[in-house]
Amino acid sequence: MENLISLFVESVFVNNILLAYFLGMCSFLAVSKRVDTAIGLGAAVIFVEVITVPVNWALNHYLLAPGALAWAGLPDVDLSFLGFISYIAVIAALVQLVEMIVDRYSPALYTALGIFLPLIAVNCAILGASLFMVEREYTFVESTVFGLGSGIGFAMAITAMAAIREKLRYSHIPDGLRGLGITMLITGLMAMAFMSFSGISL
Amino acid sequence: MSLLSKKNMGFVKDPLMDNNPIATQVLGICSALAVTVQLQTAMVMSIAVIIVLAFSNVLISLVRNKVPSNIRIIVELAIIATLVILVDQVLKAYLYDISKQLSVFVGLIITNCIVLGRAEAFALQNKPWPSFLDGVGNGLGYSMILITVAFGRELLGSGSLFGIQVIPDAAYAAGYQNMGLMVLAPGAFILLGLIIWVQRTLTGTVGD
Repeated sequence: MENLISLFVESVFVNNILLAYFLGMCSFLAVSKRVDTAIGLGAAVIFVEVITVPVNWALNHYLLAPGALAWAGLPDVDLSFLGFISYIAVIAALVQLVEMIVDRYSPALYTALGIFLPLIAVNCAILGASLFMVEREYTFVESTVFGLGSGIGFAMAITAMAAIREKLRYSHIPDGLRGLGITMLITGLMAMAFMSFSGISL
Repeated sequence: MSLLSKKNMGFVKDPLMDNNPIATQVLGICSALAVTVQLQTAMVMSIAVIIVLAFSNVLISLVRNKVPSNIRIIVELAIIATLVILVDQVLKAYLYDISKQLSVFVGLIITNCIVLGRAEAFALQNKPWPSFLDGVGNGLGYSMILITVAFGRELLGSGSLFGIQVIPDAAYAAGYQNMGLMVLAPGAFILLGLIIWVQRTLTGTVGD
């Protein structure tokens, strides 16, 4: 239990998927202009991460990893080279499925998430979390916690960034630095602030 | 139309400066930063991206009239993922140490916005040869930023280039110190921000 809590805190703060591993930068830069849309995207990412990381864990554990097909009488088969294409297919299919379910049972949430759900399929943070899960050999429970933690980390970073950018609109910035340039510099400062968490161990 | 006409060369030259995929189109930043602690990894990553980008553009351009538009994203992702798997297997076979250092970031070329972005914006409307040139051009534009960032980070952060020490020992003896921040994530963000500032001042692009 204790290592699960520390894994959670680590994936939210210390190893923030966005500020320490640079994953999900594209949507982070594109959708951080307003706080409410940023929260919408953040919620959608948490949602999809919690589902896709454990599902990809199961896929890797029972089908792709070396020796994983032992239950089917094929202990020598190693399908791990099919990893990338399977994970992205799972992510794309699940995003579609989640979209349909949310639309059917909670139209309010569906309108709130809007166009962000389909875009999530190509968000680096989602595929990145699945690939980290495989590389670090998490168990099923750990991968669920890791999915939740990295989703929350992403949501937190993008919401904070959107709040800063709303204020930024009133400041006078040199022409060439406006937009992307200043956003990168602020992200750098945020990453520095998040690094101060790295001293914390549970 | 000859293969290397002025118009065709424009597809290669344009993304290098005026229409750089990272600095102007804001695509592909995800992986641009993580692999830039050392020049060597940045170089290998650049070559991998150029190959994937050029060939995915060609393949997508070849099938562009046969794929119904509502399933095109899945088809594009399948093509890109297949190419990335090929690159990954080649790296694992011949450059195992570097492929370990690049870790998950080779796989993340699949979701690199440049690849899908160019497929959607260019390859779907154009013939294979211009698409190939567009892929190479955008790949080179991406590489240019990647290598510039890596150059700055390795020089300031570790005092070396391609793993070879370039700052003389005398400088360290006189009190010079490596800038630890450059090796860490914030250094990459700040360096890229400054490069974008220079690039946008030179090309006169103004963001919102």
